[in-house]
Amino acid sequence: MATKVIMPKLSPTMEEGQISRWLKKEGDKVSMGEPLAEIDTDKATMEMQALGNGVLRKILINEGQSAPLGQLIAVIGEPDEDIASVLSEAPAKKEPEEKKQEQQKPAPAPAVAPAPQAKAAAASASAVDNGRQPQAATADSARVIVSPLAARMAAEAGIDLRSLQGSGPGGRIIKKDIEAALTQPKAAPAPQGFPRAVEPARFQQAAASAYRDEPASEIRKTIAKRLVTSLGPVPHFFLTTEIEMDRAAEMRRGINALDPDLKISINDVIVKVTAAALMQHPEVNASFQEKFVRYYEHADIGVAVAIEEGLITPVVRAADQKSLSEIAAEVRELAERARSRKLKPEEYTGASFSISNLGMFGIDEFTAVINPPEGAILAVGAMSAKPVVRDNEIVIRQMMRVTMSCDHRVIDGATGAKFLQTFKKILENPLYLVV
Amino acid sequence: MATITIREALNQALREELARDEKVFLMGEEVAEYDGAYKVSKGLLHEFGPKRVIDTPITELGFAGLGIGAAMAGLRPVVEFMTFNFSILATDQIINSAAKMLYMSGGQFNIPIVFRGPGGSAFQVSSQHSQALESWYAYFPGLKVVMPSTPADAKGLLKSAIRDDDPVIFIEQERMYGQKGEVPDEPDFTIPLGVADIKREGTDVTIVARSLMVPLALKAADALEQQGVSCEVIDPRTIRPLDIDTIVESVKKTNRLVVAEESHPICGVNAEISAEIMERAFDYLDAPVKRVSGADVPMPYAKNLENLAIPDVDRIVAAVREVAYLD
Repeated sequence: MATKVIMPKLSPTMEEGQISRWLKKEGDKVSMGEPLAEIDTDKATMEMQALGNGVLRKILINEGQSAPLGQLIAVIGEPDEDIASVLSEAPAKKEPEEKKQEQQKPAPAPAVAPAPQAKAAAASASAVDNGRQPQAATADSARVIVSPLAARMAAEAGIDLRSLQGSGPGGRIIKKDIEAALTQPKAAPAPQGFPRAVEPARFQQAAASAYRDEPASEIRKTIAKRLVTSLGPVPHFFLTTEIEMDRAAEMRRGINALDPDLKISINDVIVKVTAAALMQHPEVNASFQEKFVRYYEHADIGVAVAIEEGLITPVVRAADQKSLSEIAAEVRELAERARSRKLKPEEYTGASFSISNLGMFGIDEFTAVINPPEGAILAVGAMSAKPVVRDNEIVIRQMMRVTMSCDHRVIDGATGAKFLQTFKKILENPLYLVV
Repeated sequence: MATITIREALNQALREELARDEKVFLMGEEVAEYDGAYKVSKGLLHEFGPKRVIDTPITELGFAGLGIGAAMAGLRPVVEFMTFNFSILATDQIINSAAKMLYMSGGQFNIPIVFRGPGGSAFQVSSQHSQALESWYAYFPGLKVVMPSTPADAKGLLKSAIRDDDPVIFIEQERMYGQKGEVPDEPDFTIPLGVADIKREGTDVTIVARSLMVPLALKAADALEQQGVSCEVIDPRTIRPLDIDTIVESVKKTNRLVVAEESHPICGVNAEISAEIMERAFDYLDAPVKRVSGADVPMPYAKNLENLAIPDVDRIVAAVREVAYLD
């Protein structure tokens, strides 16, 4: 039986694809799984594999031409097989298509047309000219091929089969496709603009942040699996940026001038800014949990505190909802109790993100090790006056370098970089915290 | 539990049933003085004497009819065919008399007889002596058809077949007589007819296999496990009545079915199981049922061609990968 080669969905947002290169010529032998063509999608050039065995009988879309998803672009069949009926489904003939629109407006194509398809085989290509054929062909190309199980699952879940691209032979929609559709994360609503100015929150919010778990996608699982074999169970990568701290330092001085008791440190500002940036990048406020990815609702920030025995990270819960003064007081109080080893376990576990600051030791820049299952940790270096170029002038600015360690199983390079970009932007212009 | 061969398990079943019920007797070509062509009846003549273990002339239609007459008269004959290839000569008696007697006599005469012997492929005995005839016999109402794949199943099922009040076609496999396995020691160990056995549990694909295909299916399942595919292997053990419920339940779990057999594909037991699953579990199938069958040709004599005509582990693996959409 001839295998229809249709334009496959090669990226989640792809609507049409352009044939970059055919890797087989008409008449070449092809077998299932062999690369058939390279296709340019909206994202990349991808290889398309053959979904049937036989000979590439006919190429309908030439190199450089585009076709929408699902359109017949080639036919694989036996060398001597009559493929006229399959070819008649290709919407190649523009003319009859238009004619049909003029003449047969009131007759909508039936959703399923099994009989005309069978007849089309007998009638062969000559029927294309009589004007009736295109209608049958159109109806047929709209036919959904689906396994019985997948059809039932889709009906139960209320999924429109026409919205799916089947991954089975000949584009058959199978169980896997329905499962993928069911687990597709509903795009996390990206917060618009900046978070509102801090509302006075209760001082001690001991409870850990709420979260939602989303099944880890196939690509996420593959990334996780591959990287773990390379870099141990938590595959780190590192992103470094340099931040101009003059305005943040000025803000801190200003606030402390208002009330010397506040004693806000630069680190408190960093905690606050981190929380604000996390709210804008919920995909970084996340944790990889093998089968799913956990997204936290709030920024529970772990602050690394050096103690005699080693290191502990008390957690500032829901730092995104707290004012700078609340954060400062809480960090101070937690750090004191940490040094006297009076923290309760729930006060130093379950952060969604951590900060380690070695600036007070004069460290310019370092990398921190992620505290699993958190997705990232920010290593903060010392702030120091440095000559920098601004408007073609060498000026002196307070500069600070930060390095974020990311768990690549959950955070990709660009994701981390965007977060860091936001972090830098807010820290360089802390007024963003109140807009 | 003792580890014995299928040959020994069958011998034990015969001995125990001959000893248990004096109405039971064994009849066939070379079963007595020669201990059976495949030594299944070894020692039985010596133990039970010539009235209970009887050598017949080479006349399958004749002694099959004789056995059916004895069964009508109240005895419980076990008729051995040297191979089931020779049962073809006896089909008139088996089909027209044994299978239909209870029905045609209005329930007056049941036929408690067992026709047993090896079936399927052997080693280079060519077209006329390498045939899997189970679908022939399973076709007829009135017959039960049993095909064991392990020593325990062979013993437990043969004892149940001898005690059954209806005619039973009991097809052994010549290549498997030497296969070893554990058999329970209980003196009255039996396995009921019509109950499938899940030889291996799995979650991704169901493989239904019988007789020679069971060990191959289990090997395929091992190989597939390495590839991340979990297979459930079901041996129906009885072809008629077929325990379709067990297969349906498995398919509801795995959504995919491969059926393996060494017989020809056309009108075979695989075809029957495929149809049943299509009727009963259509909404649970994620892929078409895939048949793996013997070649649709008379069995070749040449060793290389014979190997190609009988399904192997690789073909079962390929079929599973196909229904699991892995290739």
